[in-house]
Amino acid sequence: MTLFLQQFVNGIALGSVYSLVALGLTLVYGVLKVPNFAHGALYMAGAYVSYVMLTSFGASYIVAMAVSVVVLAVLGGSMEWLVFRRLEGKTPVHAMIAALGLLFFMEGTADVIWGPTFRQVPTPFDGVVTLLGVNITEQRILVIVAAVVTMVGLYLLLKRTLVGMSIEAMAQDREGALLVGIDTRRVALLTFAISGALAAVAGSLIAPLLLVFPNMGELIILKAFVIVILGGMGSVPGAILGGYLLALAETMAGTYVSFAFSELIAFGLLVLVLVIRPTGLFQKGV
Amino acid sequence: MRLPPARGVALSLLLLTAILFPLLVDNPYLVSVVITAYVTAIAVYGLDVMLGYTGELSLAQGGFFGIGGYSAGILMATYEVSFWIALPAAVVMTAALGYVIGLAALRTRGDYFAIFTLAVGVMIVIIIERWEGVTGGTDGLIGIPPPSSIGPLRFDSLTAQYYLVLFFLVLTIYVVWSLVNSLVGRTFVAVRNSEELARAVGIDAGKTHQLSFVISAALAGLGGALYAVFLGYIGPAMGGVQMTFMMLVYLMIGGVASLAGPLVGTLLVTGLMQFLQAFAEYQMMALGPILVVVIIFFPKGLAGLAKLLPERWRR
Repeated sequence: MTLFLQQFVNGIALGSVYSLVALGLTLVYGVLKVPNFAHGALYMAGAYVSYVMLTSFGASYIVAMAVSVVVLAVLGGSMEWLVFRRLEGKTPVHAMIAALGLLFFMEGTADVIWGPTFRQVPTPFDGVVTLLGVNITEQRILVIVAAVVTMVGLYLLLKRTLVGMSIEAMAQDREGALLVGIDTRRVALLTFAISGALAAVAGSLIAPLLLVFPNMGELIILKAFVIVILGGMGSVPGAILGGYLLALAETMAGTYVSFAFSELIAFGLLVLVLVIRPTGLFQKGV
Repeated sequence: MRLPPARGVALSLLLLTAILFPLLVDNPYLVSVVITAYVTAIAVYGLDVMLGYTGELSLAQGGFFGIGGYSAGILMATYEVSFWIALPAAVVMTAALGYVIGLAALRTRGDYFAIFTLAVGVMIVIIIERWEGVTGGTDGLIGIPPPSSIGPLRFDSLTAQYYLVLFFLVLTIYVVWSLVNSLVGRTFVAVRNSEELARAVGIDAGKTHQLSFVISAALAGLGGALYAVFLGYIGPAMGGVQMTFMMLVYLMIGGVASLAGPLVGTLLVTGLMQFLQAFAEYQMMALGPILVVVIIFFPKGLAGLAKLLPERWRR
């Protein structure tokens, strides 16, 4: 039972990060209808910015994360401004190839600056809390809490502010949004900035628990795609729920079956979804 | 379909240049660079069949390249099978896997298809790395022998290998050319332009996609198998997503849905990269933005630019 609880907490912590990454991906997909393959690179860049702030500038963890969020919001926004905006009206294939170009540009840049070495990120939250016989590192608690705070913040942003409502309107109907006077370009730019910020939060939170390296985003982006397809492309609740579920399934399979099996789960789910219902299990009706 | 005479002359001249190349250039390094470009170009033609003519972005092309390479490599190095059996076996193996993967992947189109094939590509690398007993894991597979001789024809010299690879490249180009000018090739384009319309005139869009995907995989398998045999070594990186990305760069720079595009793009970029070897570590950093610029400003690549030239410059 203790083992189960322990793995449950670990799964929730991992799920928090999966959900944050999937959220950024699903928001951009909702607005632009393009799977942003470069999203994993944003997550990687977010982790590196935090790493640099912590080690080279001696910033506190919270400051490091804040800087990372700002830098990545700018980076995400400039992706839209410099690249995706210019591909409006072309086929989705063009945008997907451009996204791949951005992915390899960012990975290549990280490789040139920091090299392929794995880096350990220090955290001030290295204590351990014991609850019901379960050992939880303070960092994991931070991950879980910060993710929930971010999600609530995002929810309020989407539902309570004009900007957020414009994002949702545009996701529902781009032309309709344009008709009622929404500046769709500005909304697209903002969505990319928010997506970058979410990736920065995810990357900064997970960095001390895992290692930081240039290709760190490749596997998680694939999982985020599985989550987003499961939850329905563009669906916010689907991304959150899917993230936790996939992480829990992986952690439990890793504990009770084998590590190799846990790695196959995401892929197995993807095949299953495609075979049963290629448009996603929880896709909203049109 | 017949070629216009001017293009026929140009093509004969090109082929003659390709045939004379190793005799005129007394530089084994340069010859081996061109061989590598040729085998990669074969797989890039496969990518073009799917992306250029059928309109779907398959991100498993690198994975299929790896499957072809490993199939040939394992057969030849581990089981000492002759190249002349291992090569067709590798192509058939890759095509068969392409067929099976296509059954699931082609239930989707567009972005979902790209995502699914990306996942397939990543899984192929993971399987290659984990299946150590067979593939040699992350160390790769060494000791793949050169093709055995047929009668008086020996393939242990660089020049002989060059001609062997050139033969397969010309064969590939011929097959793709005949394909795109046949009724089958036209159904590919019809499905690309509008699947609904294609269905309305009685084209089986599912079968068309499946066929295009299998041909695409088979060409990747052929390229991969030749690559492994020519290098005498194969590692997991050869089947990686980065390989797919490189092929995309070659194809987009050369030009999609054009007969010369894949070869021109591959030769040009591989050549330039060898030339700028000193900056090898900046390769990805530079190729990423180049791909983005090409997509935004020259979506038809060099082939598209060539068509923009005034008629009289074109012959």
